[in-house]
Amino acid sequence: MNTLEQVTLIVGMMAVTFGVRYSVLAMSGRITMSQRVEQALRYVPVAVLTALCTPILFKPEGSWLLSFDNSHLIAGIAAIIIAALSRHLLLTIVLGMGLFLVLHLKIL
Amino acid sequence: MKSNTPSTPNMSSPSHSRWREFFAGARAILPLVIGATPFGMLFGALAISVGLTPWAVMGLSLIVFAGSSQFVAAGLVGQGASLGIIVLTTFVVNLRHALYAISLGPYLRHLSHRWLAPMAFMLTDESYAAVITRFEQADGSPNKHWFYLGGALLMYINWQLWTFAGIVAGQRLQSVGDLGLEFAMVVTFIGIVVPLIIRWPMLICALVAGGTALLLHELPHQLGLIVASLFGIAAGLAAQLFAGRSVDS
Repeated sequence: MNTLEQVTLIVGMMAVTFGVRYSVLAMSGRITMSQRVEQALRYVPVAVLTALCTPILFKPEGSWLLSFDNSHLIAGIAAIIIAALSRHLLLTIVLGMGLFLVLHLKIL
Repeated sequence: MKSNTPSTPNMSSPSHSRWREFFAGARAILPLVIGATPFGMLFGALAISVGLTPWAVMGLSLIVFAGSSQFVAAGLVGQGASLGIIVLTTFVVNLRHALYAISLGPYLRHLSHRWLAPMAFMLTDESYAAVITRFEQADGSPNKHWFYLGGALLMYINWQLWTFAGIVAGQRLQSVGDLGLEFAMVVTFIGIVVPLIIRWPMLICALVAGGTALLLHELPHQLGLIVASLFGIAAGLAAQLFAGRSVDS
């Protein structure tokens, strides 16, 4: 990415982020949001973040890798189990990343 | 600034003065600020490792100020996604802030745009979580927006400091080679998403979004990410409507 592209990236991301935050904050005291829209918004974080992570877990090098050599997938599944049991963000990150580094860098 | 909140007997109470509210807000957000610290550093290092310049990395934190979308953008830059897709993804990732704004809006009706603009700019998961309980307290304080300002400002300054630390660390790490920093982002998002999956419509949303993302991964410019997100949202909503009809919410 060249300098112009990086500047465009920052300005574009700022415009959409501030646009959502400001427009809704400024009008939400005055206009009531449809209940259906509000319900849909609740699914946004889970949908986006899951869609972002699964290809990296199953296709770490760009193509399917369903094997015990796939350190992304093994550590990812472990992190999902840790997160489900502990519901603790920092613990999930530390243990998940630790296991990943052990597998990825073949420390053991 | 003159507030036109209806006056209450508590209004002159010294515990509701502007600066008391300001520092109470900063104190309330402190645990969340500490929790955000490693992410600030991780973001700085990750963004450097994908080839963004130190100024661009700092600019993202200073001007965009939206942690998870900054992570996503850095990841997408590393995968060679186009500018349009990154901005569109940022929009979708940050749509959740609309939820926070909807919830805060009624409490801020009396404020001028001189207040609303900076408050909107600094609206994050953490600032919302730290201030909403204060706004919900019915003590009639006319200065609750100072509570918000104190919390949000501390969050903002801290994010800048740790982004900078991450940039410095990232520049040193580059010589070490690929440590798999990208996985730090994945494991962070797993830690955020999994506890959100409490009801089965949310699980269906995740399965559909994840499955579609895998199937559409070959689409150019990471377009599959947007399509998969929309499919996941639609599937979750559909499941919720179906559940609502059979179990009556």
